[in-house]
Amino acid sequence: MTELFRFAVTLEAFTDLGFWTGVGVLAGTYTLFTLGLQINVGYSGILNFGQVGFMALGAYAMGILVVEAGWSFWLALPASILVAVLFGLVVGLPALRLRADYLAIATLAAAEIVRLTARNARDLTGGNQGLFGFDGTWADISETIEGWLESAGWDNPESLFPLFLVVWIVALLATAALAALQRTPWGRVLRAVREDEDAARALGKSTLAYKLQSLSIAAALGAIAGWFLALNLSFLTPQAFEPLITFLGYGVLVLGGLANYWGIAIGSIIFWTVQEATRFIELPISAEKEAAVRFMIVGLLLILLMAFRPQGMFGKREEMALGD
Amino acid sequence: MEARTVDRSVAVPLRSLRSRWRHSRLARLAAAHPQRAGALALLALVVVLVALEGPHEVAQRSLNGLSLGAVYALGAVGLTLVYGILKLVNFAHGDFLTFGAYMAFLMSVTWGLPLVPAVLFAMVTTAALGVFFEKAMWGPMRARKAGLLQLLLMSIGLAFLIRNAIQYGFGTEIRTLDVNKTDVVRFLGLRLGVTELIVIVVGVVVLVAVGLLLRLTMLGKRMRALADDPDLAETAGIDTERIVLYTWLFAGGLAGLAGVLAGALTTVEPELGFGLLLAIFAAVILGGIGDAFGALAGGLVLGVVIEWSTLFVADQWKLAIGFAVLILVLIVRPQGIFGKARTL
Repeated sequence: MTELFRFAVTLEAFTDLGFWTGVGVLAGTYTLFTLGLQINVGYSGILNFGQVGFMALGAYAMGILVVEAGWSFWLALPASILVAVLFGLVVGLPALRLRADYLAIATLAAAEIVRLTARNARDLTGGNQGLFGFDGTWADISETIEGWLESAGWDNPESLFPLFLVVWIVALLATAALAALQRTPWGRVLRAVREDEDAARALGKSTLAYKLQSLSIAAALGAIAGWFLALNLSFLTPQAFEPLITFLGYGVLVLGGLANYWGIAIGSIIFWTVQEATRFIELPISAEKEAAVRFMIVGLLLILLMAFRPQGMFGKREEMALGD
Repeated sequence: MEARTVDRSVAVPLRSLRSRWRHSRLARLAAAHPQRAGALALLALVVVLVALEGPHEVAQRSLNGLSLGAVYALGAVGLTLVYGILKLVNFAHGDFLTFGAYMAFLMSVTWGLPLVPAVLFAMVTTAALGVFFEKAMWGPMRARKAGLLQLLLMSIGLAFLIRNAIQYGFGTEIRTLDVNKTDVVRFLGLRLGVTELIVIVVGVVVLVAVGLLLRLTMLGKRMRALADDPDLAETAGIDTERIVLYTWLFAGGLAGLAGVLAGALTTVEPELGFGLLLAIFAAVILGGIGDAFGALAGGLVLGVVIEWSTLFVADQWKLAIGFAVLILVLIVRPQGIFGKARTL
């Protein structure tokens, strides 16, 4: 009887709007994050293993400019993109000439340098104590949106719902923009670079320039994902930017499928629904063990997908340039 | 794997700078004798450091760096063998170290047995783990001609799996191995913890033994043949399957030992190995991929150089400095100090 009762409690979570709003914000943030991986890995043949570094730079640059430098929120947003893109250029200019596996290690190291700097430069970032107080402007916007929702007839809307709306509007706009970009001549050259760099060069294209542009776009998307992560958490700590985050992004990427922008959003929704929903499965084990099981499932998912369906759900096998 | 490492379409000012450097006599000399150039650069760094900080300080820091350097080196030998011979960038290698550390913890602390058999137990079980995943994953994937990205992401998945299985079994609590963390050896005015000393001695003895084994025996020769050209090696009558098995035995066993030593130096926790992985990659790249002696030297040099950085910056920055060195080495000399362009 108690078992039955517990199961009922469990199911209630799935009809709870608060649960879905939380999952939605996470899924939207990771959609933006992983779109950057898609343009790098799926369309340019760049193995970017440091995407979390761009996310950290975007989040921290925005936070520091608002809190420490007293900038306006609206000015801090584009400035934080600029910081991430500049870092991408500094790392990419020498590193993009490396072989794919070396580039993976170099970008991972670069992201770790960002995280360690966030941890160590306490005066600027608050270190492990965290950085607070950058979301005043967002709180006002959020309240305005809540007011609209109320006047539209929704009493007492979910407090995260405005963030959910904004993150998905931005994520879908970014997806549409990237998908459109891919159909331009620029997008075709990018794919040529992925397929055969020598051939692209023989046609007079500067492959390094195209790769740098691809990495810059990924950096910008990472920074934007960083804003939403920051607004969702409302404080920043270095622990939020472990290399694990990049690897979760790869989980979303290969689930959605390589070389397909629209697949990312679907992959992200499925990934985070499963991740968060499994929290409600009551197992007779400690919370720590449950967390371990969830990540073991992520690991198995990566292994099995790569073994049996490396192109993911919506990817194209023939476009997996890094697959040979 | 493509042989080309450098994209020639660099911005013009950068290109002229690079070409001016490439055509200089110094650069040509350095390129002809990379090991001598590397040793000279290191020596010059030592001279500068001694001039700035005095010989005692430099010697003490170098000594401190050697123990962690030995761990990097042990981890790096296994990683570099797998990388060079199987062309697998194994992101789960760090978690092999963690596995070894927990196996030693299990036997010596949980079961209360002496540490020496516990170390051997850790090496054997980690080697077995390596062989198991070769049979279950890597062998079949190679047979299906899996690509770089596929294997890379599978190794990341495997890293998640091993780390969280450990967390499931042992929890996230920070554990310690039962080693002497108080006694200190003094000589020539320098001081070194007993455990650190044991780690250095064990690490260097094992590494030199393995290095000699790989350089002098037919096994080592066959491994190098396989690394150079698997098809040719097979045609030449080398039992490639057996060599692959030996590779995993070495990689796993050494990773297990490295994990125990790392656990003895610091603490045992699920993140132990992954935290060391990037530094181990740095040692591999510094030494040149596939070169066991290079990995040995790369690991020790990296450990010492990271510790030298504490002469100038606060302790907490040394890891970031290590990663900056990694990126720098990749940019300046991707084939490593010891590696030859051919092995790429």
